[in-house]
Amino acid sequence: MSELIKKVTALLSDKTINLFIGYEKGSADRVRALFVRNEEQANKLVYDASCTQNLAGYLLKHEVKRFGKLGILANVAALRSILQLASEFQIKDGEVYVLFANRDGSFVEFTDFHSIEAFLETTDTGIKAEEQEMIARLEAMSNNERWLFWNKEFEKCIKCYACRAACPMCYCHRCTTDVNQPQWIPVASHERGNLDYHLMRAMHLAGRCVNCGECATACPMDIPLNLLTYQLINPIKEIFGATAGMKSDAMYALSTYKPDDKENFII
Amino acid sequence: MEKELKILKYSDLPKLIERFRSQGFPVLAPIRKGKVIEIEQVQTIDEIALDVLLSTQSAKKAAFPKVEKVLGYTLDKSGVKQQPVDLGAFQETVLFGVRPCDASGFKSLDAIFGEEPKDQFYLQKKAKATIISFSCPVADEYCFCTSVGGGPGNATGSDLQFTGISKDEILVEILTEKGAKLSALFADLLSVDGNGIDKSKFLADVKVVFDMDGVVEKTTASFNNAALWLDQSLRCIGCGACAFVCPTCACFDFQDEQNTKKGVRLRLWDSCGFSLFTLHTSGHNPREVQSQRWRQRIMHKFAYMPEQLHVVGCEGCGRCSRACPVDMNIKEHLTSIGVIV
Repeated sequence: MSELIKKVTALLSDKTINLFIGYEKGSADRVRALFVRNEEQANKLVYDASCTQNLAGYLLKHEVKRFGKLGILANVAALRSILQLASEFQIKDGEVYVLFANRDGSFVEFTDFHSIEAFLETTDTGIKAEEQEMIARLEAMSNNERWLFWNKEFEKCIKCYACRAACPMCYCHRCTTDVNQPQWIPVASHERGNLDYHLMRAMHLAGRCVNCGECATACPMDIPLNLLTYQLINPIKEIFGATAGMKSDAMYALSTYKPDDKENFII
Repeated sequence: MEKELKILKYSDLPKLIERFRSQGFPVLAPIRKGKVIEIEQVQTIDEIALDVLLSTQSAKKAAFPKVEKVLGYTLDKSGVKQQPVDLGAFQETVLFGVRPCDASGFKSLDAIFGEEPKDQFYLQKKAKATIISFSCPVADEYCFCTSVGGGPGNATGSDLQFTGISKDEILVEILTEKGAKLSALFADLLSVDGNGIDKSKFLADVKVVFDMDGVVEKTTASFNNAALWLDQSLRCIGCGACAFVCPTCACFDFQDEQNTKKGVRLRLWDSCGFSLFTLHTSGHNPREVQSQRWRQRIMHKFAYMPEQLHVVGCEGCGRCSRACPVDMNIKEHLTSIGVIV
């Protein structure tokens, strides 16, 4: 830990960065985001296996960006978010100082996007075994069973939009669901409004989701929203050969036309 | 009315639910849905999760639901014809097994919706609800009811309050006329020897962590302390989880859903944490950053409501902090405001 504190303190004092996003001890047994601007705050930094929150979303937060050059303690999901955001022109190369913590306490510093890409090529970026199992269960269901499963889950939704707010890829200034004239999707948190919102969100994340699981973790009503977007990862890979968050200059599969694109999904 | 104390046997609880149901009263109570505890309509005692700390959402939805029709209308060449909601048609409801912080939350809502012009959608539903709260035998680190004038056995807002005094017996406090009327349905199950029992022995120990008057005073004085609000809110991601699980948050939005022939006007929960909440049509947003929205949340509860409605807009239930995806802990934030010199 003292390594991390020393490193961040040095980065701040030599003005490499103005603010470092890491983790601190939170309420009960939780950890939470910490925004380090001075040595005193740096002393609160912690890092262990419980630091699973994807902090990359904060890189786009207006109030955080205002501090100037940012540094971040990125886990694998955050590294992928950074590359995906780069491919969508939201972060420029060299704009963010990125640090990755190994399990043994040592650090990897990334000088540019290419070094992140190289690192991810040899890193496990897949979804967890228990999530894989849930997806297999969903895929084994009949259409009707799956429909009932999701309707039952969406019944709990209160449209607090924690899923959207927690998602590093949901950065639109004006989300479709916030437009009420006309209402592209119903604003109300009733059966139809909940269903339309979650399907719309899943479609907008197809081929962009970096499987960090923040949407599901954030949900106060415990809806496994991550499964919706995770289910779209394989089809996008099979049809377009694309995986989100692996290349900083990737062309987004669903908005790019190639003459050799498969068209077998067109009925 | 003067409160009455009686004793009820745990083994008779199923009969209570049966009798409420036989009168045609919907019974709303906490039930388990996976990791989430919801307050929903139940048929039998077996469905009710009485051993939980508290429900994920508050009980406010009994009188202030997340989606509520406030008007129907038809459209044709002759114009718009309104079909008002029948305010007399709301059913008598029993809210069973909620916590004292749920019941006292209705006091804040009463103050908000009771202001002129009175909000009949809320008031009529509330008038038809009888609240049976269960005092808290346990609390967790997020609870701070005693710091905001409540407590694990606080009777404010409850019509009846039940406190477990042994594994077989419940102390029943009959607190209001409404409570007395409902308890008449199970008078034969109540013995009269409840007097002289000190219920405080059976309640959770919730430590007072800040001085509320001091927090109210310092919150009011901290409006321009931009650094304080920024520091507290940097990790806030601007969702509405805190407001939607809160027993006293009452902000709402109206949306019309219509086709060419007919429509409905709906009232929906809204939150001051959303950037859209104060966005003007012009594009100007008077609360353009999250720190201003967070300040509004705290100021509304601890400065504006005490000043204008003479109630604090917080019950200390800690639901907002438990629900927060990024660990915004209101108890911690208020404590830190309390120590500002």
